[in-house]
Amino acid sequence: MIDTLLQFAAVTCLAIGAFFTLVGAIGLLKFDTPMKRLHAPTMVSTLGVGAFLVASIIDSFATGSGSLREILIMAFLFVTAPISANFIAKVHMHRADCNRPPRPGSRIWATYDTDEADQPAEEAA
Amino acid sequence: MARLLEKLIPHPFLSVLLIIVWCLLTNAVHLANVLLAVFLGIVIPLITAPYWRDRPRPLNVIKLVGYIFIAIWDIMVSNLVVTWLILTRPSDKLRSHWLVIPLDIKRPETIAILAGTITLTPGTVSADLSDDGSYLLVHAIDSADPRADAQEIKDRYERRLKEIFE
Repeated sequence: MIDTLLQFAAVTCLAIGAFFTLVGAIGLLKFDTPMKRLHAPTMVSTLGVGAFLVASIIDSFATGSGSLREILIMAFLFVTAPISANFIAKVHMHRADCNRPPRPGSRIWATYDTDEADQPAEEAA
Repeated sequence: MARLLEKLIPHPFLSVLLIIVWCLLTNAVHLANVLLAVFLGIVIPLITAPYWRDRPRPLNVIKLVGYIFIAIWDIMVSNLVVTWLILTRPSDKLRSHWLVIPLDIKRPETIAILAGTITLTPGTVSADLSDDGSYLLVHAIDSADPRADAQEIKDRYERRLKEIFE
């Protein structure tokens, strides 16, 4: 009885993860600008992968040999995922694929703090 | 005795974290594993101590746990919001904006945690810092009022992080 319930919970988590992964992929295809597209995969790397890992934990407890290693995967993923998103956003800013962001007070954004030759086309013109 | 303990375990939080991570990595709580974990938890902070830029300050662990729960809750809520946006809103109807957030927090670690939390929440991605680290640039996929959203991020996350780390 309890086994069936646990299996049911694991399957539900897998379905939730699959749904959010699918929606993330749809968003990636559907949006028109690179900066908007950047938002779709964050869902996959948070709730998508998170639900898969919860399913894995439940399944491991249901089949006897409990495992909590997945918590570690989640922790490392949550630490590393923002860094790649940040790098992609910086590349878009450099290539002027997006609107130029408003200036931060009297300072400039660190990405634009470069040599003359590396400035995005918009500013060089 | 207290001074000896402080010399032996200069960074208790790191030691506890290492013990937990080692137990999770080996995925089994046997006596041998736990002993090895405790050994690593004591030795690694001692070896790496020369590389710390400044002494670790005591953390407010209860508030940190509260912050983590708030972040996880917000991640789930905004996942649903962004799912709704992706499935129902045409791309050109999205009001995507840059948010400029003036920062009160100064320590690089705190700013990194704030930027990470913002990126992990679907719908907002932190893109850049100003050259002196006093402004954070965030891209929001759909924002009716960029100024209000920037203020909400400040109130909800930055204020709490400031209480925990600074």
